[in-house]
Amino acid sequence: MLRYVLRRFLTAIPTLFVIVTISFFLMRVAPGGPFNQEKGLNPVIKANLERVFHLDQPLWKQYLLYLNNLVHGDFGPSYNLPDFTVAELFAAGLPISIQLGGTALVLALLLGGILGITAALYQNKPADYAVIATATAGSTIPTFVIAPLFQLFFALTLKWFPVGGWGDGALINKVGPVLTLMLPQLAIVARLMRGSMIESLRSHHIRTARALGLSDYSVVIKHALRGALLPIISYAGPAAAALLTGSIIVETIFAIPGVGRYFVEAALNRDYTLVMGTVVVIAMFTIVFNLIVDILYAVVDPRVRYD
Amino acid sequence: MSERILDLRHVKVEFSTIDGVVEAVRGVNLHVIAGETVAIVGESGSGKSQLMMAAMGLLANNGKATGQVDYRGTNLLAISKSQLNDIRGAKITMIFQEPMTSLDPLYSIGDQLIEPIRKHQNLGEADARARAIEMLRLVRIPEPERRMRSYPHEMSGGQRQRVMIAMALANNPDLLIADEPTTALDVTIQAEILELMASLQQRLGMGMVFITHDLNIVKRIAHRVYVMRRGEVVEEGETAELFANPKHPYTKALLEAEPTGRKLPVAPNARKMIDATDVRVTFRLGGGFMSGPPLELRAVDRVSMTLRQGQTIGIVGESGSGKSTFARAVLRLLPSEGAISFENRPIQGLTREQMRPLRRELQIVLQDPFGSLSPRMTAGQIVTEGLLVHEPTISRAERDRRAVQALEEVQLDPSLRNRYPHEFSGGQRQRVAIARAIILKPKVVVLDEPTSALDRQVQKQIVDLLRDLQQAHQLSYLFISHDLAVVRAMADHIMVMKDGTMVEQGTPDEVMEHPREDYTRRLMAAAFAE
Repeated sequence: MLRYVLRRFLTAIPTLFVIVTISFFLMRVAPGGPFNQEKGLNPVIKANLERVFHLDQPLWKQYLLYLNNLVHGDFGPSYNLPDFTVAELFAAGLPISIQLGGTALVLALLLGGILGITAALYQNKPADYAVIATATAGSTIPTFVIAPLFQLFFALTLKWFPVGGWGDGALINKVGPVLTLMLPQLAIVARLMRGSMIESLRSHHIRTARALGLSDYSVVIKHALRGALLPIISYAGPAAAALLTGSIIVETIFAIPGVGRYFVEAALNRDYTLVMGTVVVIAMFTIVFNLIVDILYAVVDPRVRYD
Repeated sequence: MSERILDLRHVKVEFSTIDGVVEAVRGVNLHVIAGETVAIVGESGSGKSQLMMAAMGLLANNGKATGQVDYRGTNLLAISKSQLNDIRGAKITMIFQEPMTSLDPLYSIGDQLIEPIRKHQNLGEADARARAIEMLRLVRIPEPERRMRSYPHEMSGGQRQRVMIAMALANNPDLLIADEPTTALDVTIQAEILELMASLQQRLGMGMVFITHDLNIVKRIAHRVYVMRRGEVVEEGETAELFANPKHPYTKALLEAEPTGRKLPVAPNARKMIDATDVRVTFRLGGGFMSGPPLELRAVDRVSMTLRQGQTIGIVGESGSGKSTFARAVLRLLPSEGAISFENRPIQGLTREQMRPLRRELQIVLQDPFGSLSPRMTAGQIVTEGLLVHEPTISRAERDRRAVQALEEVQLDPSLRNRYPHEFSGGQRQRVAIARAIILKPKVVVLDEPTSALDRQVQKQIVDLLRDLQQAHQLSYLFISHDLAVVRAMADHIMVMKDGTMVEQGTPDEVMEHPREDYTRRLMAAAFAE
């Protein structure tokens, strides 16, 4: 198993390299650059800026330079937020996004799991229909509708929570963003859990467990749930990578200084280094969480063996 | 001795489905006396399994049982779930047909054995473990201590069924309900499991309800028999009496459904259709970038065969013996080594395009009549699909005429040809599959377990049909089956395969009455023991 994990980390290096290379050149295909502004910059200043950031060099040289810096852990400066390096931006924003996304994910898995199991146990009964209705609503109402509605009712009308802002991480500031991030995930988890639990409860070994007189608790939790977890685990991996790296919609609406905004803003501003930094961070999260999924698979299911 | 431990009175089982309420069991009375073995026989859909599932409280969510199921005076249908959980697993247990899926794949054998022991006997971990190991030894699992740590996927079907039996018997039940416990197993394993169950039953003095469609098994182990049909018991009685003097026409039909008759051998100078010499099939497992050289598996090792016009060669052997692989290799559906010729023309080196015109003469009918028919095509389309390839010039009307003709030949009402596979019964589907093969006027047909998924009576009809078709068209059959009774009735030459090699061959009488090899002897003993 250890060998397997090591090998997976080693294969992550070429994967990252391919992602970086493709993103680097794709981004340069887009017209414009970081210093093209509507007003038009003084050509002399623009040329100076480009020389400072090596943007006047041939593309392949810039690419090699970027790779070299990256290998040494240097993500470079941000072109549009010139007071900060890309690394500093992530050091400030990533913990915030991880906190919000992580809380939302854990809550979604717990609550969604419980709702899904309940629905499966009471299949085609009122409790089941209630869960299905909630899940359908949760996954069809977009985040950019839920968030403003939350602000309107709970912040502006009831004044229970602030409308937005990070408030140095005060709990009360996190409720809105976490709920907004959680609801769609909760809906998906509940639906997945319901389906896989129904299938698991129908399987032959559950019939065996019942025939042997095992208690409902043992049948449902020990035998049925464990088998039903596998689809949830495979969903949770990529979902975690997406949630922890922030959401532009939630962070913009609630004015949260996370990293979710960077991807879109940086791409619009042609802030090359920031885009590349975001790509690398998201890719690393995705690779790590996929590895965690595979390890959890082996933990839950003894038939899964690596090496 | 005559105490009724289980007494079912007017038991009805209903399922509410989208098509309305379906009555699976319509008022059955049945009882089991302590220590006796009762068999319930009937075809699939007769309600025999659902009756016992109802007694155990194991019906699906949409099922409902009424009537009375008395276990030593307690009506199991009327007590609470936790009271029921104290009885099932402890006093009454059940084992099932599917040994591969009836154990939880995520827990070790030991964990699964210990859990019900602790629940019902109030033992500590160590005592329960000792009891579990004792049970594994009782069902003759080798190295029981080590096996406690194994997972179900690390064991064979026969071993898993033994573990199931160990789990069921660990709490000394009065009654064991066995629902087709050997149907999914190879014949030799089947015989071992049956023998094990019979000896355990005598030793432990428990009653047993044995649900089966296999009359051979009934004859061997049951004291009394209930014959079920369409949710009702049509006849019951002592086994010997019932077999000797069946009263109900359905029972008579069941008994007569045993395949009978023999096939006469073909003339020794009959035309050679297929000549295969030293056929070898090797599968490569694994291998590739970063994982070393592949593992080589010899699935078929130097098997030779000559199939003549009008001949039926039966290939028998356990699963995994290479029967199907060999037949597919002979049809060149799998890459193989060795010489193969069809009508004296070597076909081993031919390309896919060169093989195509020969394909119509070399047809195959598979075991699973549902899986091998496209669910999105009508029976008519399925039957005529081959004509589109081999006779693309004929008109739609002509194709339809041939479809009608082929369906008539397999005794299926041609007016059903616009139906889809799921609208047919298993036997009808197999007729469609046969029609699809014979519409091309083949010379050689590989029949790969064509009757194994069917009930005995339907099986007999298909066997008769295949014989008629052979007569009418001088067909040569390669008949693969693990069911030796059917092979004896169909084939004039038998090949016995084991682990990829042919261990013995000869006429049915030679192979079945005077087997030379120990393996063949065991196979025969298992299939025809009285």
